[in-house]
Amino acid sequence: MTESLIINIATMILFLPLLGFAVVLFFGKKYPKIYLFEVADMLLVLLLSIFVMIAKIGYFPGSIVYSFNWIDFGNVPFFGNTVIELGIEIDNVSAIMLVVVNLISFLVHMFSIGYMKGDSRYTRYFAYLGLFTFSMLGIVITHNLLMMYIFWELVGLSSYLLIGFWYEKKSASDAGKKAFLVNRVGDIGMFIGILILYANYHTFTFADIYAQMQSGILPFGSEAWLTAAGILIFMGAVGKSAQFPLHVWLPDAMEGPTPVSALIHAATMVAAGVYLLIKIFVMLTADAMLVIAVTGAVTSFVAATIALTQNDIKKVLAYSTVSQLGYMVMAVGSGAYLFAFFHLVTHAFFKACLFLGSGSVIHAMHHEQDIRAMGGLRKKMPLTYMTFLISTLAISGVPLTSGFLSKDGLLAGTLAFGNLTGHWLIPIFGFTVALMTAFYMFRLVIKTFHGKPRDMHKYEHAHESTFVMAMPLVVLSALSIFIWYTPNPISADAGWFASSWVQTPESVVPQDLRFEFMQTDTHETAAAEHHITHSEMYTEAMHSAHYPAMFLSLGLGGLGILLAFMMYQWKKINSWKLAMSMKPLYNFSLNKWYIDELYHATVIAGTLGLAKMLTWFDQKIIDGIVNGSAWLAKFVSKMSDLFDTFVVDGLVNFTAFFSGFIGLTFRRFQTGKVQTYLVFVIFSLIVLLVIFRPF
Amino acid sequence: MITVGLEHFLVISSILFSLGLYGVVTRKNAVMVLMGIELILNAANINFVAFSKYGNFGYDGQAIALFVIVLAAAEAAIALAIVLNIYKTFANVNVDEIDKLKD
Repeated sequence: MTESLIINIATMILFLPLLGFAVVLFFGKKYPKIYLFEVADMLLVLLLSIFVMIAKIGYFPGSIVYSFNWIDFGNVPFFGNTVIELGIEIDNVSAIMLVVVNLISFLVHMFSIGYMKGDSRYTRYFAYLGLFTFSMLGIVITHNLLMMYIFWELVGLSSYLLIGFWYEKKSASDAGKKAFLVNRVGDIGMFIGILILYANYHTFTFADIYAQMQSGILPFGSEAWLTAAGILIFMGAVGKSAQFPLHVWLPDAMEGPTPVSALIHAATMVAAGVYLLIKIFVMLTADAMLVIAVTGAVTSFVAATIALTQNDIKKVLAYSTVSQLGYMVMAVGSGAYLFAFFHLVTHAFFKACLFLGSGSVIHAMHHEQDIRAMGGLRKKMPLTYMTFLISTLAISGVPLTSGFLSKDGLLAGTLAFGNLTGHWLIPIFGFTVALMTAFYMFRLVIKTFHGKPRDMHKYEHAHESTFVMAMPLVVLSALSIFIWYTPNPISADAGWFASSWVQTPESVVPQDLRFEFMQTDTHETAAAEHHITHSEMYTEAMHSAHYPAMFLSLGLGGLGILLAFMMYQWKKINSWKLAMSMKPLYNFSLNKWYIDELYHATVIAGTLGLAKMLTWFDQKIIDGIVNGSAWLAKFVSKMSDLFDTFVVDGLVNFTAFFSGFIGLTFRRFQTGKVQTYLVFVIFSLIVLLVIFRPF
Repeated sequence: MITVGLEHFLVISSILFSLGLYGVVTRKNAVMVLMGIELILNAANINFVAFSKYGNFGYDGQAIALFVIVLAAAEAAIALAIVLNIYKTFANVNVDEIDKLKD
């Protein structure tokens, strides 16, 4: 086995979904069964990516890079040699991501066979899924920022296409546009960040940029620019991973088909932002990391509070996704690189399971999404219920689940961060969110599956899903169990995932720009023996934070679950009265903090106002100038017309008239009578004689 | 006794010429016009003969007068033939009304 084999297979993994997209798109009309090609294609891609992961992690400790010069501009004046390099890089993180993305993509393909049955654009849907998978894989295996940006926009495009898949519905097409535009705001920042790096390092390649940074070259020679570049690239993640304040598009994106929500808006695409942060983790300065951590903490808190009161099953899950993404971003910002990625993976599985479960419910309930109309579905859909429950336990952080491991590690990371830097707000937000997450997720489960059915008619018709829809649920819920990640159910540290597969890389920013705990250990033996890149201080802090964090998150999670059962299962607490007693808060949460309204009042109204002003300017000033010049030209032409009519034509007409007049006058003499002529002759003769008389 | 001199001939021929001219200009009938022309020709003949007698020109004048008479005869023949043709064509010999050439 050689590196080139891995590269070849990785290239195939990247392009096979594109092939599927093209084939299904072009032949879908003629052969409606062609979508099976796309599904088989994805299965092949999944198997290949599992092979790549095993081969990469098993045999190649370093990262495998293949690159080629895409464009060589030669020596550009004032800039230097300009070569744009493309390429792919397979390291452990991207190898794992490959499997995560392709596994979920394949399962979503399977699920969609059942869920989308009877849709008028059935094959088109599968083509879009193929396009999305291609774009996402591009993000995963790129080794440079330019390709990252290109595929970043491609996932944005396919997300747009899939959100607005049912574009006959105005809300769906609006949601697609909203997602696209909101993402654009973040992408502008990302683009500027990339250009800052390129302007200084003359390369887009991650490794080359980091190497130059490590040798002490800073963008424009300034530390502030390095921080700025980090924060600007992070803006891309803010948009794509739906971080506050750009999170508004994700809940609306639920207008798309539910399997799409599972694939794109829960498991993979929205995690691309976190993946990007993981890729640029080493170039983040302490200031940038603090910004990231605070953004993540605020996002997870805001989204969790909104999720408490939503009544649409997909909206609850959407806000829970935003909240969990906030967790991951917060973890990256607080230096818990490993657990950010770990949580990304585990979250991808259980959240995809939750979304597909909700899809199963929605399908069974004939596209009813309001949980107030559900209830008691446990008996009708036992399999969906079981898988949904396992995933809910995972997201709530109950032991024996994958979510417990990752969330626990993540919260321990924030606690250690708070401990080491004094930013206590971040762990406080983190733990509060853990409480709320457990509460609203169990509220969702209880309202949907427990109790008595509220809408008997729909309940009667509900049925368990077919194999193609149930199988993905089972696989995904199985992946929400701890055993895949570590043999020790209460700590991820012993697991292969945390201990050997993924390692926190060494930061490349200058020592004094890092957090103290991230500075390279000067204690040579410690660094050499443990292969750790964080200081001993951080490792110790993590260890000491582990148990408090675990008990705290367990206690809070348990409390949340207990509260949910008290309110909705046993009805010990009247949730309605509670809501009414805190009416302003309840409304604030129900209306999503009025953020959409705020944007409507400020950004959108401002944009519209500016547009109106510009329209006015266009219509009055520009059009005025244009119309004025047109009027002037018209006036001048009118004048010249008058000149033509009266002077030029007058001259011509006068000439004609004059000739005519002369003609008419002389016509009188031309009587045609010889005698008259004779008179003239004689008269003239006499006149001549008189004139030339000799005397 | 009044001596008949050149002046008398010239006056006679002038009167004759004027009468002929008057006839040519005023008469409507083509035949009358032709007669006017004859008068004019004869006025010229008188002049020729008179200048021949009183001038020092030999018999040139008489000779030319003879030619003119012959010419006048020929002319009259042709002109009358034309007039006849005109009459055939227009059923009219009124020179005022024969103005087809004007159109």
